[in-house]
Order: sequence, then C-alpha cells, then structure tokens
Amino acid sequence: MRVILQHVSHTYRGRGRQGVEALAGVTFTVEPEELVAVVGPSGCGKSTLLNMLAGLLSPTEGRVGFEGHLPSGRPPTAMVFQEFALFPWRTVQGNVEFGLEEAGVPAAERHATARRYVELAGLGGFERKYPHELSGGMRQRVGIARALAVDPAVLLMDEPFSALDAQTRQLMQEELLATWERTRKTILYVTHNIHEAVWMADRVVVLSRRPGRVLEIVPIELKRPRTEAMLGEPAFVRAVERIWALIKSQAQAALREGVA
Amino acid sequence: MKLVRVPDRARALERREHPIARVLGVLGLLVLWEALTRTGWVPALFLPSPLGVLAAGVDMLRTGELLTHLVTSLGRILLGFGLGALGGVSVGLAVGVFSLAEAVGNPLIAATFPIPKIALLPLLILWLGIGEASKVAVIMLGVFFPMAINTYTGVRHADSQLLRAAVSFGAGRWSLIRKVMLPSALPMIFAGLKLGAGTSLLLLVAAEMIAANSGIGYLILNAQNLMETTTLMVGIVLLSLLGLVSHWLLTRLERVAIPWKRV
Repeated sequence: MRVILQHVSHTYRGRGRQGVEALAGVTFTVEPEELVAVVGPSGCGKSTLLNMLAGLLSPTEGRVGFEGHLPSGRPPTAMVFQEFALFPWRTVQGNVEFGLEEAGVPAAERHATARRYVELAGLGGFERKYPHELSGGMRQRVGIARALAVDPAVLLMDEPFSALDAQTRQLMQEELLATWERTRKTILYVTHNIHEAVWMADRVVVLSRRPGRVLEIVPIELKRPRTEAMLGEPAFVRAVERIWALIKSQAQAALREGVA
Repeated sequence: MKLVRVPDRARALERREHPIARVLGVLGLLVLWEALTRTGWVPALFLPSPLGVLAAGVDMLRTGELLTHLVTSLGRILLGFGLGALGGVSVGLAVGVFSLAEAVGNPLIAATFPIPKIALLPLLILWLGIGEASKVAVIMLGVFFPMAINTYTGVRHADSQLLRAAVSFGAGRWSLIRKVMLPSALPMIFAGLKLGAGTSLLLLVAAEMIAANSGIGYLILNAQNLMETTTLMVGIVLLSLLGLVSHWLLTRLERVAIPWKRV
C-alpha cells in the first residue's frame, strides 16, 4: 500500500484572527516497505502532515490517502507519539492492547498478540508495570509496541525519540532499524534531527519553514542494513550537508521570526 | 593554597518529621484538659472532663442509645451521599463530554451552586415532608455540586495528547469517555468525594438539629436543652470520629481505584 499526498495544504483557523497556514501544496508518496523521513525547521508543519495521515486532521486543500491493497482487518496507520502518549492508568500490557481493543479483536487473541509485541520490544517481565515506573526509553518501546501490535500498513512516527537522551536515542534508532529489517513495515518518520533522518531513511523529504513546502526529496545512497560505521561514509556526510544547506537559511529565518 | 570549602546550603531546604511531637500534641491537650477540669476551676457543666466523656460514651453504647442515633444518622448520610455522588458524577460527565449539555448545564450549575444548601431545607420539608426524605435530599444536594463540578473539571482537563492517541487508534465517543476521560477525572472525583463527605456531615447535623427526633444532631441539641454537657460532648466526639473514618476509608479506596498515581 502506498501513501499519497497530493498538493496538500492545511490552514489552522484561529478564533477571529486570520488562519495560520501550516502546509502549502505538499506532494510526495511513500512506497510500500519504504522508510521515509520528513525533516524541516521547527513549525514547518511536519506534525500536521502525520496528523492528517492518522485521520486527526483534514487537509484544507489537496488529497491525502492510500493506494493499493489493504489487507482486511488491518488499519492503514498507527502512530507513535513524541511524548509517548501512554495511558497512565494502563499497564504496559494494557497500553499495548489498546489499539487491538478498538479494532474489536477478541480478548484471548488480544492478550496473546499484545504479549508477543511486549516480548519483541524487550519489555518481557514489565507487563504489569505502569508507565510512570519505566524510563523514557522503555516508555517509547511501549509506544512502538502499541502501534506495531495493530499491524498497521504504515507506521507513523512523530519525533519518536526526541524526548530521550542522546545515548538512549541512538540505541532506540538501532532497535527501530532492526525491527524495520525484520518486518519491512512502511514507515513515515518525522524528525528535526538530520543525522537521524539520513541514517535511517531511504529518502528524506525536506520541508521549508512555515508554510511547509517540499524543498527537495533527497535519496540516501547507503546500503542496508545500516551500521554505525556508515555514519562516517562520504554518502552519509554528503546527504547531511546537502540537507543542512537546504534547511539552514530556513531555520535562521524561522528563528528570527520567533515561531515555535 | 587554602581550600575554601563549599558551604552546606541544603539546611534551608530541610524538612524534618517529628513523630513524637505529633503524638505529644494531642496527648498533651487531653492531659491539660483533664487536669483543668479536675482542679474545679472550670465547672463540668461548661467543660466536662475527657475521661467523663469517655465513660458517658461507653454507658450510652451499653444502653444502645448511641447506636440507635448513629445508625439513623449513618442511614441518612449514606443514602444522601450515595445518591448525590452518583448524580454529580453523571451530570459532571455529561456536561464535560457533550457540548450541548455543557451549554445548558454550566450556567444552571453556576447559578444554583452558591446557594447554601441548608437554606433549602425548609423548602424541602415543605415538598417532601418532615420525614427522612427531606434530610436525605439536603445531603444529596450538598454532595451533588462538588461532585458535578469536580468531575466536569477532571473530564475537561483530560490530556489532549491522550485523547488524540486514543482517537488515532480508532476510539469512538463511548471508548473515549470510558477509557480516557473517566480515568483522567478519577483523581478529581476522589477529591470531590472527600469534599462531599465533609459537606454531608455538616448538612446531616444541621438538618437533624432543625427537624428530627433522632440522630447525632438531635442528640447534641437535645443534650444542650437538658444541660447534659457530657452527652453533648459524646455527640461531638462521635462526629469527629465519623469524619476521620470516612476520610480514611475514601483515602484507602482512592489507592485501590487509582493504582497508577504515585503517592
């Protein structure tokens, strides 16, 4: 199943004031089994993009949708959130079961499926813990397990590791890549971290500052599976420099404007 | 080179516990009170001794007098509190969840909330008679408002990230209420229950003093009429015990109902 965005614009309507244009005419596709990263300066509408794909927002103009065969009983998307968004009143197991509950999966099957994803996320033994008893990295593992458990056609990730410390982030990126190698899940990954985007993605969509437009789509010519050694390869460095060159002036202008 | 030590500034932040002082405070007051009454400076008619009150209490317990009043009062309070809490949570949820209910309900609650509920007792007696119904109704009203307002506030303060997360996984309105809004509001609901417990005790006594021939409020007022200050004090001690027990019970219940809250 492919993800299609065609001339997508979104304008937030403020109360009485004139609206804020977050995205303007964004067009790109995500192919099946592809890992695409979206980078851009703050306030470029990256999250707006994901929210539209998750069905939490409608585009003001343009079309957002999917093309191709969606196996029955599987949701098109599931989202991993920046601040994890775990339900504090649910245990690890309960959080991972949430999406399955809403999908109407019978209890016994739900328990077993959730248990499997809890184990896969390296959370075995923590099933009965509440989110506040876990570290940040562990919490986001729960967030990822919750999203993977419903077996979505596309995994949407909204700066999933930006709330974590640098070391944990690095480890979580490796884990995610390993998961991707195993499942070949289509992933749309939003981040403001250029290194992260280049190291993980097949292609990087570079957005301009508000209103976000596609500046360029940079293909990443690194082999799979990705290893830490690749962080020094010319192809890696070139891609990072190319994207930073695109973003720098945009980020500076955004900084001067003081938009969050 | 002389080493300049880093001064310890943490003492300004220190907060020690004084477990012995906690006990001594209460005990000391009781001993002082007992001593004061024994010297005879204060006549027992105005201030009976703590031991005298205890003896009278045990006596009244033996005759069954105390139990009768207690059971009567407890029945009124439990019924009023239960109905008020149930109604308050339901209305609070409805007003918090549905925008139409909010538009209609909010001004109504704002307009009626400030009325001191005891002022409604004469009206309630007129409508419901002087029997149990009017007393239960006034307690119910007193509990209803803090419960409705707290539940509403709790629902409205549900984390928008969690609501969006739930919706992104396909949650509908009913799922949102049950799985996100209600658990979000639970801490506020328990705060409301504790507030309501205090209010219901207050209204119980007031209602029993105005129009009753049984119950703790009646016991106290009647003892005053008969100049039986010791009996009066037994009633007051009983009320304080009721307040303590209900608060303790609600705190225990809260721990069971909200296991995810760090205490």
